[in-house]
Amino acid sequence: MDRDRPTLMPAPTPEPSESALLVRRFLSRIGFYLFVVIVGAFFALPMLWLVFAPFDAHPTLAATPPSSPTLANFPDLLKDPYALPSLANSVVLAAATMVLVVAAAAPAAYALSRVRIPGRDLLLYVLLLFSSVVTGTAAMVPLFLLVFDLGLINTYVGVVLVLAGGLIPAGIFILKDFVDSMPKSYEESARVFGAGSFQILRDIVLPYARPGLAVIAVWVVVNVWSNFLIPFILLRDPGMLPAAVVVYNFYTEGGQANLRLISSFGLLYSIPVVLMYLFVNRRYGFRFYGGIKG
Amino acid sequence: MSPRAAELPSPPVASTPPEASAAALSTRGAVAFVSPALLLIGVFLVFPALWTLYLGITDYRLTGLQAANPQVIGLDNFTSALGDPAFANSLWVTVLYVLGSAVVGQMGLGFALAWVFRRWRGPARSALEVLVITAWIIPSSVVAFLWIAFLDTHHGTLNVALGNADIPWLFSWPLLSIIVFNTWRGTAFSMLLFGGALNTVPPSYLETARLAGASSWQQLRDIVLPSIRGHILTNLLLISLWTFNDFSPYLITAGGPNFATDTLPIYIFRNALVNFQLGYGAAISAILLLINLGIALIYLRLLRART
Repeated sequence: MDRDRPTLMPAPTPEPSESALLVRRFLSRIGFYLFVVIVGAFFALPMLWLVFAPFDAHPTLAATPPSSPTLANFPDLLKDPYALPSLANSVVLAAATMVLVVAAAAPAAYALSRVRIPGRDLLLYVLLLFSSVVTGTAAMVPLFLLVFDLGLINTYVGVVLVLAGGLIPAGIFILKDFVDSMPKSYEESARVFGAGSFQILRDIVLPYARPGLAVIAVWVVVNVWSNFLIPFILLRDPGMLPAAVVVYNFYTEGGQANLRLISSFGLLYSIPVVLMYLFVNRRYGFRFYGGIKG
Repeated sequence: MSPRAAELPSPPVASTPPEASAAALSTRGAVAFVSPALLLIGVFLVFPALWTLYLGITDYRLTGLQAANPQVIGLDNFTSALGDPAFANSLWVTVLYVLGSAVVGQMGLGFALAWVFRRWRGPARSALEVLVITAWIIPSSVVAFLWIAFLDTHHGTLNVALGNADIPWLFSWPLLSIIVFNTWRGTAFSMLLFGGALNTVPPSYLETARLAGASSWQQLRDIVLPSIRGHILTNLLLISLWTFNDFSPYLITAGGPNFATDTLPIYIFRNALVNFQLGYGAAISAILLLINLGIALIYLRLLRART
């Protein structure tokens, strides 16, 4: 626009001065810390109640440190015949569903990523849609009738199959993205050395897609662990119920919510999945730089 | 990083489509790999879903004459739903809930965290990451209690932190409350997925860009975002669908006060399982399915448009 300008004053130096750089760096540091503190508080504050209330003899809705911390709430949980066994039941359901979903979704994701099938993307999207709707409350009646006809009411097999059917589409969807980003040359060289499809899947695709596998494994466990509806409608025997259903017993007994049992059970019920995540995160990590080492 | 100093990173061209070399996997192998998943999905997902759609055109109820012998009544359920102001309200509430908590909240915050985390190591980073993931992992029934306590008018941590403000959040700002709640609840998924996605961007590209003097913002815009475009759209699709069908606000507000948080899943639940109009509830489910299909088609277009 202003063509005279360069002749009137020296062209601006391509690099900003040292002090301006320092100020900019300082401000971006401040912004960074502000972001971290605000986000940290946002995520931490709602959890405070679960830290304090289980150790309070008379918990209220206030998240205040108990004046005299006690462990008395936990032995009371032992007196409840279903509280602790329900946690073991949740482990069985979550583990079985996770294995089934990963075992079914990983090969399917690889195949769908590498083989051209007409309408493949549309098929995936439609399945994803079904999964998002069917796992909701609407398909309750058909799911119950189906599992009943298969003779799987009051069995974990029935619960696991229904849960897995609902989770596999998203599992394939997530994994396929990771496999898509894998260079074709990896498989081609393995193929040259005579590796079969299964070997390529096991030795090349799965290690490459490990961040994706970790993501869906954790995600399946989290989903099953807190799923209330499916075990609620498909299981009959109170001793088989998972924690997600049993936690509601503390609402109904005596009419009022029993905050002592809810908080202490809530803590016991939440800790295993959190620990599992920490384990998976350390073991597999999500820090993966897209390449085979060596 | 590479010992061979002369080696140049390959230019950031778009990756070749996976279809380019189908020879790596035989058709028979592919069918064998896909069959177990498709079988499970077919029996336990597609079949019940179609059954639900069928129920949508019947007057099926849990009790009474229609329970034993439901009649096909065509589109009556759909026309009465579309004429119901409560349905229109639910639809609007759901749209705001999805836009606010999934698209803006979870996606924005999740990407910001993944981006901040990409080169930041140390205990503070780990602590923050664990907090975000813990919020996602704690089971729904426990989380509902945490948020009821957190937002409590007199004792709630939020009001205490604001200097005993005594604001009845769930009464005065119900929709905002559940939007913030769902952002808190679900950000971890986007953060993890974007974290994994950012790691698939070859570090050499970023290294080259940095050496060429590109700022963080330029690297983000010109290298990172184009190469994780697929991840972004996938994430957007998944979290939108999940939020559309999310039932957890029910555990906090039960759809109230005065239907201010009456999302479509809660509306379906109330009609199908509280009022026992299973046919009507199934019809709303079908409408929800069509809306979801619309969302998916938009994303599919976006994905195709720029590939």
